[in-house]
Amino acid sequence: MDLRLSDDQQLFRETTRKFLESTCPLETVRRLADAEPAGFDKKWWKRGAELGWVSMLVPEEDGGGSISGHGLLDLVLVAEEMGRLVSPGPLVPTNVVAAALARSGTPTQRREFLPGLVNGDTVAAWCLGTPVAGIDTAGGRVEAAPRDGGYVLDGVTGPVEAGGQADLYLVTIHTGDGVTQCVVPSDTPGVAVGPAHGLDLVRRYAQVRFDQVVVPPDGVLGVAGDAASDAERQLQIAVVLQVAEMVGALDRAFEFTVEYAFDRYSFGRPLASYQALKHRFADMKTWLEASQATAAAAARAVDTESPLAPELASVAKSYVGERGPAILQDCVQLHGGIGVTWDHDLHLYLRRVVTDRSQFGTPSDHRERVAVAMGM
Amino acid sequence: MSTTDTDGIAEAGDDGGESVESFRTRARAWLADTMPPLPDGATNQLLAREDESGERARRLQRLLFDGGFAGISFPAAYGGQGLSRAHQRAFTQESLPYQMPTVFNVPTLSILAPTLLDFGTEEQKVRYIPAMLSGDELWVQFLSEPSGGSDLAGLVTRATRDGDVFVLNGSKIWSSGAFRSDYSLCLARTDWKVPKHRGLTMFILKIHQPGIEVRQIKMVNGTGEFCQEFFDDVLIPATDVVGEVNDGWTVASRLLFHERDATGGGSPYVSGVATAAAGQDGQRSDLLELARETGQTADPRVRQLVAEARVNDRVQSQLVERVTTGIRTGAFPLPAGAIPSLFAATNTERHFDIGLEIAGAGAGAWIDDDADRWGETYLLRQGLSLGGGSNEMQRNIISERVLGMPREYAADRDKPFDEVRHN
Repeated sequence: MDLRLSDDQQLFRETTRKFLESTCPLETVRRLADAEPAGFDKKWWKRGAELGWVSMLVPEEDGGGSISGHGLLDLVLVAEEMGRLVSPGPLVPTNVVAAALARSGTPTQRREFLPGLVNGDTVAAWCLGTPVAGIDTAGGRVEAAPRDGGYVLDGVTGPVEAGGQADLYLVTIHTGDGVTQCVVPSDTPGVAVGPAHGLDLVRRYAQVRFDQVVVPPDGVLGVAGDAASDAERQLQIAVVLQVAEMVGALDRAFEFTVEYAFDRYSFGRPLASYQALKHRFADMKTWLEASQATAAAAARAVDTESPLAPELASVAKSYVGERGPAILQDCVQLHGGIGVTWDHDLHLYLRRVVTDRSQFGTPSDHRERVAVAMGM
Repeated sequence: MSTTDTDGIAEAGDDGGESVESFRTRARAWLADTMPPLPDGATNQLLAREDESGERARRLQRLLFDGGFAGISFPAAYGGQGLSRAHQRAFTQESLPYQMPTVFNVPTLSILAPTLLDFGTEEQKVRYIPAMLSGDELWVQFLSEPSGGSDLAGLVTRATRDGDVFVLNGSKIWSSGAFRSDYSLCLARTDWKVPKHRGLTMFILKIHQPGIEVRQIKMVNGTGEFCQEFFDDVLIPATDVVGEVNDGWTVASRLLFHERDATGGGSPYVSGVATAAAGQDGQRSDLLELARETGQTADPRVRQLVAEARVNDRVQSQLVERVTTGIRTGAFPLPAGAIPSLFAATNTERHFDIGLEIAGAGAGAWIDDDADRWGETYLLRQGLSLGGGSNEMQRNIISERVLGMPREYAADRDKPFDEVRHN
């Protein structure tokens, strides 16, 4: 958590935490994993939307609005709280697409799509049909042929988060002259969803196929062939939210692992009294605070569109993406055998953090972005 | 509104006195008129290495003092400027292209002066702090002893009271630059009949006087910055006690807090150096240069390594900023200062390892006289992991005093020190 929160932000964080604790505790997450094909309850998502989960990156004139005037910093609070409880819901893709529409959408596009996303009636997913900003797409490719001022899309993307639940896709493609982005409703003829699998228990992935899908001119988002900076911005937002979610998850897992060290006795003394273990906790605490620090710094840089934003987003992703799973595996080790059982909650956190690590660029991908930012 | 932290220095003192921007403009003009610029490719760190006697630093510090730019966040009553952290940051930002007396920062101005501000008598503060700020007197800390580094309170240098004086006998070690310094804060045992923390006293000690021998210690890379001192019946006036007799541990703890603040980059008393507190990037570029010199910038493996080091450095600055803010606002306890210290030390270890990897064969044998001798640099890899509290001590502090875990067993707890086994 950022140490410089306003009173309103503190209150928002408390409200979000209470709502998640009462409506979606870990038992509910486990139940949704088995019982809910979408991974989340749409009515629940709509209640979250009423709290502002999809309004922060959308201006007031489009029906959005933030707590502090720094929408991304407010949204980061939601991501952290969702990380603490490994919550379901398409927070990252829906907000990334909403932010893209708010940034580059025509008045018609904003009017058509934003109200539904902001109030939680609809969900969106981001389909990468071409590598963007140095991040590859797990092999998915979409070819785009120009037609009548729009495009015809052919190809497959995925695994796409919320690809099977989304009502709207933002498709990023390469169109000869550069990067182009299109908005494609999921009921457009030629769009089909295929199966994909995810490590997280409640985060659903799908392949999204485009078979001769016609995108009319008013389906192009922003300037055709000149959307690379929009895609870069989307990536930064996705990364900031992922990192915040990882930090929330790590914070909670560390918390209950420290409690365990005080409560668990071996040879007549608590685990927390052994120097070999205390030193491991000291290292974990250091890495955790470092993760918190870099997450907050990246969020501030991306929020203000600082010239350092591309580098600081990748610094945070590569650091937390690398340390996060290491901290959690240490938590497993300090719990002993119980830590690798299905019934213990640690694997829910490990699944979430490993998922976040692997999507929208691995730590190595982001180190390469840092190397580029350094002028190498 | 300005917020004031625990040392009474305003964060941004734009209410009342000279605004930060006006101060910045004045500083910029004065610096250009007065201070010598850094020669191409030189850094203040490199120049300080060539200034073994400290004479250059004293001259530069005197220029700052005469120009009204020394001790920006120090009280005006003791020769400082009485301005806010924001003024100090602005000055540092403007000063980076110039030669600066950076050797005065640590420990004189950022560790020992603030300790005197906290615990010194009015006479001591008036006598010593202006002399530090004017460049007349360099200070050093006499804490560690040859008998043990981590167990500071178990020290055995003895100060025995004899009327109006104390008689000092024993030895101190790891003092940095004592040979060129004038005064020290010296911690010694004054009562052996009480448990170790309760029998210590802090003294102001003049270094170059009869009974004190200073020896430079040759380090693995050939440098002789660190010293050992030997005390043989040195007389210290009782008026040079800092704080109370037998309450030296309180003074030392505060000194160590200032030390963590200084080495962690959060001190408001450091001037002319790019630090996190100065809002400066301050990113090292030595590995990038090494990769360039060795023609490896296109090698994906080397790109990963150089970027990893940059990531760690960025995160280190961000962590310093977070913990400094947290301590100032009370969100973190004081011992949380050990967190950035441990991070900085382990980051340095990794940084040196990465350099060794990039240097390749050239780390062990080379032909060019002026080749980058990464191997030599690497020999001192553990420096930061030992100095100012070893990594192991920092881990004890974090687990015990931040996370609240049980303290390590100590055989000397609550025992009169003369009954404790020691070297």
